[in-house]
Amino acid sequence: MIRVTIYEDQCKGCGLCVRACPRSVLAISKTHLNKKGYYPAEVVDLSACVACTSCARTCPDVAIEIEK
Amino acid sequence: MATIFQRTSVLTDKPFHYCPGCGHGIVHRMVAEVIDELGIREISTGVAPVGCAVFAYNYFDIDMYEAAHGRAPALATGYKRVHPDHVIFTYQGDGDLASIGTAEIVHAAHRGEKITTIFINNAIYGMTGGQMAPTTLVGQKTTTSPLGRDKDHCGEPIRMAEMLATISGSAFIARCALNNTPNLIKTKQAIKKAFETQIARKGFSMVEILSPCPTNWGKSPAEAMDWIQDAMIPYYPLGVMKEV
Amino acid sequence: MAKKLMKGCEAIAEAAIQAGCRYFFGYPITPQNDIPEYMSLRLPQVGGCFLQAESELAAINMVYGAAGAGARVMTSSSSPGISLKQEGISTCAAAELPCVVVNMMRGGPGLGNIQASQGDYFQATKGGGHGDYHAIVYAPSSIAEAVELMPKAFDVAEDYRTPVIILADGLIGQMMEPVEMPDNPNPVMRDKPWAATGYKPGGAKPRAIINSLYIETEDLDELCRRMQARYREIEKNEQRVELYHTEGAEFILCAYGTVARVCKAAVRILEEQGVKVGLVRPITLWPFPSGAVHDAIAQDSVKAALTVEVSAGQMVEDIRLAVNGCKPVEYLGEAGSRIPEAEEIAERILAMRRA
Repeated sequence: MIRVTIYEDQCKGCGLCVRACPRSVLAISKTHLNKKGYYPAEVVDLSACVACTSCARTCPDVAIEIEK
Repeated sequence: MATIFQRTSVLTDKPFHYCPGCGHGIVHRMVAEVIDELGIREISTGVAPVGCAVFAYNYFDIDMYEAAHGRAPALATGYKRVHPDHVIFTYQGDGDLASIGTAEIVHAAHRGEKITTIFINNAIYGMTGGQMAPTTLVGQKTTTSPLGRDKDHCGEPIRMAEMLATISGSAFIARCALNNTPNLIKTKQAIKKAFETQIARKGFSMVEILSPCPTNWGKSPAEAMDWIQDAMIPYYPLGVMKEV
Repeated sequence: MAKKLMKGCEAIAEAAIQAGCRYFFGYPITPQNDIPEYMSLRLPQVGGCFLQAESELAAINMVYGAAGAGARVMTSSSSPGISLKQEGISTCAAAELPCVVVNMMRGGPGLGNIQASQGDYFQATKGGGHGDYHAIVYAPSSIAEAVELMPKAFDVAEDYRTPVIILADGLIGQMMEPVEMPDNPNPVMRDKPWAATGYKPGGAKPRAIINSLYIETEDLDELCRRMQARYREIEKNEQRVELYHTEGAEFILCAYGTVARVCKAAVRILEEQGVKVGLVRPITLWPFPSGAVHDAIAQDSVKAALTVEVSAGQMVEDIRLAVNGCKPVEYLGEAGSRIPEAEEIAERILAMRRA
């Protein structure tokens, strides 16, 4: 079981996590804005996740937490 | 389930003010994690520069200074001489370290000052709005090199890691980059090695980190990371320049 | 305590050590070289640290680091070097860091020369760096007085968490005079909860943030109000002045540092000719002893005052401000490094008397 938590209101929608993820687990929301007015990253395919933590490592706002 | 990646408590819970995709937040996390993992937070002090990271004292939950522009290595020297058994790092941008603070960083290395410097090289002045820095690449457009840096007019960029590696007081000098996961992992390893060098009192340690500045490069965060690979790394080779 | 013949620079350095100074960061520049030289030998002997910085500018930033770490710390230089330290001094003031800066003034402006001069008065007293701040400024006129002022300088620096400047000149630095040096091997260090000495989350001591950047207007205003209130306190408590033969005088001389000694000689010459002249000698140039200056010069017996400096006239402006027009204030002195003779001063008073 793997859980990827994105602290949405810390996210600035920079997309680096999406770029870093080798398994296309993440995507930038197209429909929903966070408190800061950014389109945040969100998990779109958790089943593909292998918990490599690349997304969390590249996140400039330390907004991603990984549990496994 | 175990948590395998989470925010370290050495970072305060204040959100970073940096631009989306900026490299500062990534390096802040790494430095804070290294301090956490080495168990030295109660004897660690950081020195923020004048630059985008000037507010770093809001983000590191340790004793923090804010130095005058370029003077962090001198400030850290004063601190270290008073607390030789504490750990101090300066966190500096390329304007702070490679321009106004060149004498301070060279002499800190020359004295073998047992401090650690985290040097963010994003080839531009961030906070003041995108001016040319000593590390700006030839041809790179900035607000003070609008037609691209002309080396006949103002020379070629400085390679600080190589320069400081020639100084005997330097015990560990490395250059890393943030543009992909392997490099992110190597960057944190280098930061840890630098702190360990200080703790072992071997001499001066510095990690130069090629870091994206999407806003002032006029690129998206992803394009900025690619530009590090395509433009910066060829001119600023990665690796350990010196290890004692 | 036996008196010892000591050179001014060395006496100041030793007095600082006896006052508990254990950290010194300096740089060579004549005529203050004997201070770093002396410190380089003595500080390690008392468990302290001397470091020669790469520049005066780096030195003041090392002072900033050491002061922020809770140490008693000092630097010294001479005029051009002090100019290089101005940003650092302003930053120490704004970060509320106690430190002592010794300026052995030399001829200026520019490279000037290495003779004694008093051309840095404005820089020291009006805040040579940027922004609204002051440093407490002491002006010794003898080596004995300089030795006496050193512990005071470190104490008030910590009392008010401010830089303190010792404004001497090349003569005071290079002369040798007998002094009684205090012997204080274990000075008591104060607790500084604000200093960066290590932070334990949840512990009693707060996290130290040594900083002077306040990007929000209200935050900077709050700092500035706190600093200004402190300056009013300093003006109330720390003024120091010497009044020499001023009671019922016909003329009042105003001078500080070495020049004040020449004026005392002029006072004696004039007294021998039956002319009663007094001397007002500010010891703190900031906070300026305006009250004492005014009261001495405002005496009914006084016809006029004569300020004497080795400059184009700087302290004279503060004298005029203090007197506020109640008596004429004339000036004798030139820019550069020529120290007026006692006879010259006496002659000027006699000319003023005839006028």
